[in-house]
Amino acid sequence: MNEGRVATQPEAPPMALPSLGEVIAAHHPLDSYIRADRFPHIWCPGCGLGIVLTAFVRAMLASGIPPEKHVCVSGIGCTGRIAGYLNLDSFHTTHGRAIPFATGLHLVRPDLEVTVISGDGDLFAIGGNHFIHAARRNLDINVICVNNFNYGMTGGQLGPTTPLGAFSTISPYGNYEPPFNLPLLAAAAGAVFVARWTVLHARQLERAILRALKKRGFTFIEVPLRRKSPASRDVRPVGAAANRGR
Amino acid sequence: MEDELGSMAAVLGAAWGGARAMTATSGPGFTLMMENIGLAVMTETPCVVVNVMRGAPSTGLPTLVGQGDVMQARFGSHGDYELVVYCPSSCQEAFDLTVLAFNTSDLYRIPAIMLADEVVGHLTEKVVIPPPDQIPRVERKAPASGPSPHLRLYEPDDDLIPPMPPVGEGYRVHVTGLTHDERGYPATHAEAHERLVTRLCEKVRRHARAIVRYEEALTEDAEVILVAYGCTARSAHRAVQLARERGIKAGLFRPITLWPFPEERMAQLAQRAEVVVAELNMGQMAREVERVIHKPVARVNHPGGTILRPERILEGIMEAAS
Repeated sequence: MNEGRVATQPEAPPMALPSLGEVIAAHHPLDSYIRADRFPHIWCPGCGLGIVLTAFVRAMLASGIPPEKHVCVSGIGCTGRIAGYLNLDSFHTTHGRAIPFATGLHLVRPDLEVTVISGDGDLFAIGGNHFIHAARRNLDINVICVNNFNYGMTGGQLGPTTPLGAFSTISPYGNYEPPFNLPLLAAAAGAVFVARWTVLHARQLERAILRALKKRGFTFIEVPLRRKSPASRDVRPVGAAANRGR
Repeated sequence: MEDELGSMAAVLGAAWGGARAMTATSGPGFTLMMENIGLAVMTETPCVVVNVMRGAPSTGLPTLVGQGDVMQARFGSHGDYELVVYCPSSCQEAFDLTVLAFNTSDLYRIPAIMLADEVVGHLTEKVVIPPPDQIPRVERKAPASGPSPHLRLYEPDDDLIPPMPPVGEGYRVHVTGLTHDERGYPATHAEAHERLVTRLCEKVRRHARAIVRYEEALTEDAEVILVAYGCTARSAHRAVQLARERGIKAGLFRPITLWPFPEERMAQLAQRAEVVVAELNMGQMAREVERVIHKPVARVNHPGGTILRPERILEGIMEAAS
């Protein structure tokens, strides 16, 4: 009898479960500055890029500059995807060319706050030339380099920031090239504001980005991630090789 | 900028900033610009690139003439795409076609290439520059509505061209060189790629008739059609006169848009005439002409460093006529 009654009732519609992106967009206080509809993001568990993204958004809000006047330009790589997750006018350009793209945009629209966020390989290997020239010109743009000391997206190859002696997928006997010291390079090339905070210094990083946004001229912030990238093999300086040539 | 990789990227940044932006180079610099010409195609960013052709490959013949970049201008960046390439033959045309290049580029949201050669580049001639209000100007198509959280940045209209919102106005565009969907978000799979790349090619192919430009001289009764462009078209003009003096009914067909190539008219003309293609390369456009007219053409070639003289072209005409 019970069963009969249940059978005559119309079936309840299946409960529509919101997607992860919808949940985040509905509840996160920074939701309107992040394209949460694109989540889940591509970054590996344990990566510090999310901290950089959050620090940038918080600094952007604290700057008082309205979001529609912020532009984010990035190149290629894991960090290059940051532009795509920011709900701003955002440009994901070619490998190494974020700074020249930003240069053209800044020259035409000096009223916009242009920030380049990209990785160490993008900004200092293929794009190294553009970096030093933009710093030399003291253009009013901000550059944030997220440094994971290797090419993480492609599987952990060494780059111009890989520590001496570090193992990578293409340096099985240890890296024998000395790396760039990015803040010193930026300062020597003419940057008027230079900072370095790791992702473990989330508050300090946020304040440094805020100061950079407020500062006129070419600013540079290096954000080292943890040294052992999930995508790479053991990236760590090793005794004998690390001491070679020093 | 510090190099041509950077200047092409800066042009695209400036274009999104709302400017009509261009850059100019010769040979090796054009090769470096190919990277971001591809980005311009993919992100549908209007821009104008001038390449004054030299003798090449590589550094080749700096400041000496060549026409060897015809195929590079069309196919130089990787992947499938369509763009517009104009080829001026005079100083006046260099001015007029640059105006047209900007308008075409803004209208279809494609890169437009001005493919000049060293002779035209170094030529001194009278140029009439009309007052600014008499220079035709096409504005970029603006979005029909204001900023909205549901902007579909790459949603094309019926003409396959999406409107282009300005930055800094709250549209919150996302522009990427990755294969993207109509929102502009990366969508790296076969279906999105087919939809995007097909549209990028089709938006030019479908409008090819409106884009194509060419010039003809003495083609009505011609039994030999001479095809030439850029500085070679100037020699070719004289060669056609010399041929007529010798009783050969020659005519000149000068493509002004090298790409899209004026296929229809070329095919018509070739129905009742032999075709000679004269160019300062080893036969790049001759290949395209043969593809269009379905029969072999006679070739007059030189790899560059000097112009093709009318007498040399005349020999080609006489050979084809005999």
